Amino acid sequence: MYDLIVIGAGPAGLSAALTACEKGLKKILVIERDKEMGGILNQCIHNGFGLHLFKEELTGPEFAGRFIEKIKETDVEIMLDTMVMDLDENKNVYILNTRGYQKIAAKAIILAMGCRERTRGAIATPGDRGSGVYTAGAAQRYMNMNGYSVGSKVVILGSGDIGLIMARRMTLEGAKVLACVEINSYSSGLRRNIKQCLEDFDIPLYYSHTITDIKCTNNRVSKVIISRVDEKYNVIEGSEIEIPCDTVLLSIGLIPENELSKAAGIIIDERTKGPVVFENMETSVEGIFCCGNVVQVHDLADNVALEAKKAALAACKYVSEESSFERIIEVKANKPISYTVPQKIHLPIEEKLIDVSFRTNRVLGNCVIKVADSGGNVISRYKREYVIPGELEKIKVPVSLIRNEQNNITIFIEED
Amino acid sequence: MYDVIIIGAGIVGCSTAYWLSQYEMSIAVLETHNDVANGTTKANTGCMHAGYDPQPGSLMAKYNVEGSAMGKQLCEKLAVPYENCGSLVVAHTKEDMKTIEELYQRGKQNGVKELYLLDEKQTRELQPRLSGNVKGSLYAKTGAIVDPWQFAIALAEVAVENGVALKLNNEVKAITKKEGIFTITTNKDKYQCRYIINAAGVYSDVVHEMIGEKEFTIIPVRGQYFLLDKNEGEKVQLMLFQSPSQKGKGVAVCPTVHGNMIVGPDAETVESEDLATTAEALKYIKEQSKLTMDCINYRDNIRNFAGIRARSDRGDFIIEESKSVKNFYNLAGIASPGLTAGCAIGYHVIDWLNTKENFVKKQNYQETRRKIRFKELSFAEKNELIAKNPAYGRIVCRCEHVTEGEILDCFSSPIPPQSIDAVKRRTNAGMGRCQSGFCGERVAMILKEKLNIEFNEILLDKEGSKILMNKAKEGDY
Amino acid sequence: MIELICIGCPKGCKLLVDENNNYSVTGHSCQIGVEYGRSKILNPTRVLTTIVRIENAIHNSLPVKSSKPLPKDKLIEAAKALKNVVVKAPVKTNEIIVKNILDTGIDIIATRDM
Repeated sequence: MYDLIVIGAGPAGLSAALTACEKGLKKILVIERDKEMGGILNQCIHNGFGLHLFKEELTGPEFAGRFIEKIKETDVEIMLDTMVMDLDENKNVYILNTRGYQKIAAKAIILAMGCRERTRGAIATPGDRGSGVYTAGAAQRYMNMNGYSVGSKVVILGSGDIGLIMARRMTLEGAKVLACVEINSYSSGLRRNIKQCLEDFDIPLYYSHTITDIKCTNNRVSKVIISRVDEKYNVIEGSEIEIPCDTVLLSIGLIPENELSKAAGIIIDERTKGPVVFENMETSVEGIFCCGNVVQVHDLADNVALEAKKAALAACKYVSEESSFERIIEVKANKPISYTVPQKIHLPIEEKLIDVSFRTNRVLGNCVIKVADSGGNVISRYKREYVIPGELEKIKVPVSLIRNEQNNITIFIEED
Repeated sequence: MYDVIIIGAGIVGCSTAYWLSQYEMSIAVLETHNDVANGTTKANTGCMHAGYDPQPGSLMAKYNVEGSAMGKQLCEKLAVPYENCGSLVVAHTKEDMKTIEELYQRGKQNGVKELYLLDEKQTRELQPRLSGNVKGSLYAKTGAIVDPWQFAIALAEVAVENGVALKLNNEVKAITKKEGIFTITTNKDKYQCRYIINAAGVYSDVVHEMIGEKEFTIIPVRGQYFLLDKNEGEKVQLMLFQSPSQKGKGVAVCPTVHGNMIVGPDAETVESEDLATTAEALKYIKEQSKLTMDCINYRDNIRNFAGIRARSDRGDFIIEESKSVKNFYNLAGIASPGLTAGCAIGYHVIDWLNTKENFVKKQNYQETRRKIRFKELSFAEKNELIAKNPAYGRIVCRCEHVTEGEILDCFSSPIPPQSIDAVKRRTNAGMGRCQSGFCGERVAMILKEKLNIEFNEILLDKEGSKILMNKAKEGDY
Repeated sequence: MIELICIGCPKGCKLLVDENNNYSVTGHSCQIGVEYGRSKILNPTRVLTTIVRIENAIHNSLPVKSSKPLPKDKLIEAAKALKNVVVKAPVKTNEIIVKNILDTGIDIIATRDM
């Protein structure tokens, strides 16, 4: 019996395992499906990682490397090339690798499986079905791990960070990126990525546009039609632009990997697609915690690593102590806030501050984020110059202010 | 020189090859594409219809009912995923009730067993999630779902094991006949035979007219689909059809043998084999499906595709010797319920051949196929297999839990895959919710190694569908 | 006045650089913004991250970067210059792969062990 099993050896899993180890937890196992640790960071060879955590700018592999080096010095057991096939609410983990199929168990589990990319099907882009349409992350793997380019004339659908990063990567590796097409009037990517991945290379970004048709010649993409959309995403007829190209990269969002969460009977938040979590990253199943993109899609790996620390501390506590909370309150969100993490809070707790993170579904200028108690009284305020969907917004709610709350708190935003 | 050449390796051609391969004769199958089951057979609803729909006395009725009856056992023999889930035609209005009553009678006439007219309560017991206002339904207990491409691949694999020569990438360009011997010229080669079985699907009229007179016309009818995540698959217990009316047949909402939900098809006459999906048709299907089930979450769609059904201008299957060319047998116009009927159509081709000469059954022939599907094995079986071959302990497709061992298996099968999608059709790798975003690259690298090809020769599916263009920094900038 | 988005960190401050007043910077939250704002106008630079071929390793490609930011207009040229570079595993993080790329005095270094 392990004290802790961590599923996934990306930034979340490694950070969680290291923290648990530092806290003195003994029998820790990290299970990774790939042949090496690092997770998706291995293919994120660009820089921009680590500014918060290490106060220097690192590439994805360097950022992963910091954790990998450290974990190698510990007694944490790492099981590579191993797939978790199933998980149950009793914390039994069914694993498959070349040594066999077996059931193992732990006192606590941390889910850190990351996320996956939304595909063409999710947005039902019509047209032909030849080759040449890839999710940006798949193209990234071909390029950065195998050294192959998926195409030479590229249109990118969606301005998520992976799409923006791939625009620069494809350009540097010899392809022409003809356009980046974003259905919203704003980007879901980081502003600096628009700057240094598109503008640096004069790649046009079409806001309020989408791909309305994909045409193939000889079973390979030969052109796309892009069209303008109105505020309700209806295609405006007559606005079509034809772009001859051989490749379409999709950067249209990420979804938490929630198969195992569901298998364990964990309650899933329909908005985040990840588990509903408490302030300590515990899921609805006692002793199963989660962190990173399996909970919500983060903007920065640094934030993933920090969230993982929190999950690990809670897991350590769970293994060693009886829980002492008396009640649960809910965290509600009003539009334009799409969701919050955590969705629930245990009370009372020892911590002084509770991190609440969320995303909005539109761009806001000067605004105030407010927290209200269940009586509607505003109990704390946070000024922001802007809030954008591409960035995870975070506030720290003082526990002292909600100590007596019995039902819920609500987070909302008021624009100046 | 072959005794028989079958043109086309869809479900009809493959089933014909399978049944004929049990007889003493030499057979070749010519197929345009780089895999079997790459036309209509790979793009349909995957339904084994019970047989209440076709007009009594039609060939459709005869072969549908026979195919439906033979499907289960055949799929078992061939290790093809098959599930006898049953089907409902749901009635929402008084007219619908009349229509399903007619369908019930028609089914009885066609010899369909286990047909029942259900009231609303009985209907909802079988299928809890349905839109409001259900009056009743026609329940066909024999209705089933099948993995359509596995079905054709399995039939073809066994045929090849029995000595059938499968010639992929051979598009028929011309047919001539001299002294009773046909010469078929393809883009690759020339082949000779004494009998031709035309199973060329959408192109069967074109193929027939390469040597014969115009006897029928194939009207390509495109049907589009949504294939939804397994989350949605849980909502549908059996095949749900809408009551046919003057407005059309409606769209079906069905489970698939893989656990997904499939919604479609519409029906649109098209000029050629145009497999594009269109915004209009997809919108129509989405709207129309609400009549059956209003809780389908289309955000969980994982794929859209279109298939072409080869409808004949006679409104029925064409299963007959050409009137203008002796020893040329047409299996044409096999539109829906062609997947169901296909196995029975192939079964009876020998009857025609035996009116010409006496072919006898082989002493030894294969009629079954084995296939390892790792995830279906028990705990102990899994470990036994991994002990023998560790490749079964490595997951390549994490959505569908397909192992490297299963993928390697298909390279030593009678019809090795030539593309990423061919691997998908054989193993389910890449069929899941990430749509090969994760495993596509792994499968591609296995293909590259196993087929000993260059990176820029790796195909997604059909000829030309290459997935990699350049090495890094070797582009034009 | 030139408006810029600072890329020094993910915060993305909106900087205003006054080209008529000794390139003074406003809108920054930290010193990185001041330096970025000035150098962006006077001499824009970027760290190049790319790959080179590697043999006998777990992957075909080794991720690399420029040891310091390169002039922005030399990024593509520098990437092209790495076209025929092939290294053999094992390689350590920070190992120099190409010295003094394009005579800039800046090296191309490995960003992981492989």
